[in-house]
Amino acid sequence: MKYAGLLVMPSGFFLAIAALVLFADPGRRGAFVACGLLVEGLGLAVAVRGHMLNRAGPRP
Amino acid sequence: MTPTASPAGTDYLPMLIFACLLLAPMALAGLSLVNAGLGRSRSAAQALLGSVAIVSVSFIAFAGLGACFAGPGGAAAFNLAGRSWNWIGTGPVFLGHMTRSPLEEQLGVLFECLAVALAGLIPWGAGADRMRLAAGWVTAAVLGVFVFPLLAHWVWGGGWLSQLGTSFGLGAGFLDGAGAGTVHVLGGASALVVVWLTGPRRGKFPKDGLATAMPGHNAPYVLFGCVLALVGWMAFNSAGALLWLHAAPSVLAVTAVNTMLAAAGALGATLVVTWMRFGKPDASLCANGWLAGLVTSSACAALVPPAAALFVGVVMGIATPLLVEVMELALSIDDPSGAITVHLAGGLWGLLAAGIFAPQQGQLLAQLVGIATLLGVFLPLVYLVFKLLDRVVPFRVDPDGERIGLDLHELGGGAYPEFVIHRDESYR
Repeated sequence: MKYAGLLVMPSGFFLAIAALVLFADPGRRGAFVACGLLVEGLGLAVAVRGHMLNRAGPRP
Repeated sequence: MTPTASPAGTDYLPMLIFACLLLAPMALAGLSLVNAGLGRSRSAAQALLGSVAIVSVSFIAFAGLGACFAGPGGAAAFNLAGRSWNWIGTGPVFLGHMTRSPLEEQLGVLFECLAVALAGLIPWGAGADRMRLAAGWVTAAVLGVFVFPLLAHWVWGGGWLSQLGTSFGLGAGFLDGAGAGTVHVLGGASALVVVWLTGPRRGKFPKDGLATAMPGHNAPYVLFGCVLALVGWMAFNSAGALLWLHAAPSVLAVTAVNTMLAAAGALGATLVVTWMRFGKPDASLCANGWLAGLVTSSACAALVPPAAALFVGVVMGIATPLLVEVMELALSIDDPSGAITVHLAGGLWGLLAAGIFAPQQGQLLAQLVGIATLLGVFLPLVYLVFKLLDRVVPFRVDPDGERIGLDLHELGGGAYPEFVIHRDESYR
């Protein structure tokens, strides 16, 4: 689960870069970059959740 | 944001930058003391020796190989969508060009040497009480050889992030005067990865009940470290403003004042929040608040007016104790020095605030692209690299070493041999 989250994060980055290359309009660019950040946030949340599930196992 | 020659009539500028950089190691000293003080007494000497060694390894790694990827001496670029993307430096190894390059460029290398050491110290604090010395060294070496130089080239060495202004019309490009992203977000992301890989200290999260409180062993170290850090941060912010933002010397006083305002605002806010929540102010959380305020100033001290710097610091000061609590109680993250909150969250908020309060059109979008790069490229990259390193040099000390303390286990002697150390309740 942690790996899945970490793999999602670069997709958010590419979304932000695609926004710069594809759109000239600042509004659209802003919206796509915000979406990229949202994807990264989701990826981070999944990775953190994966860490928490690991911790739920046997503890020292 | 490549260093350029001084404008006419400002020949003293390099000397000014050099003088600032001579004070910047105070930030290293301050952070080392904070890290040691927030750890346990039985690992204090190991923490401080580790800090000095990490600074040394970072210097050597960056000077040996890292600077050739970071510097503006030569660069590799590719073309995509009709634009050039400058992505890595290609200078000579071991600073072969340093004596022949302009003084401003040499000062840029000195700044980066100090910055990479600061970035290396951040994950060391997060891994306190269970991270081996050798692991601290290899993480610092990897950060110094490749990860930090790549980011430094993108932000400070004329790379594509610094050219967002000219390539895409986004303000003045990604602005990070003193390393809020390059040093602190990178260091904070490394701290998160270290915490993930090493796991919590033994007894921190018992099977039943709440997380065990493991307070730092020396509040005076921590608070004195905060004062030292202020001096270092003022030096970093002033030198960074002149070197990377090409600010006029007239902004130096405002930059220093903004640095103090951000730290003071954050400390005041943390003090009030902890007082309201716990009935008394908490020294270690207040220290974290102070440092988080300083981290926010790394991004915006030279760019925003004093009232905005104070506001940015106050917001971070309110968020710091809450985030530390969420990390520990809700997310099961054992971060003894609060590095993830202070450096990762503080750096991200500072970069965002710089975009909000900067006067240039499109600056906010440039800052958001920079933040997306830091989270989307460098956090996974650091995880991948550290995970591989953990296979070769295990990060976590063995259980017996953790039980007797890292001072005895790794150094053969304690930091306080003439004092009786309290028995730890969690090992009964």
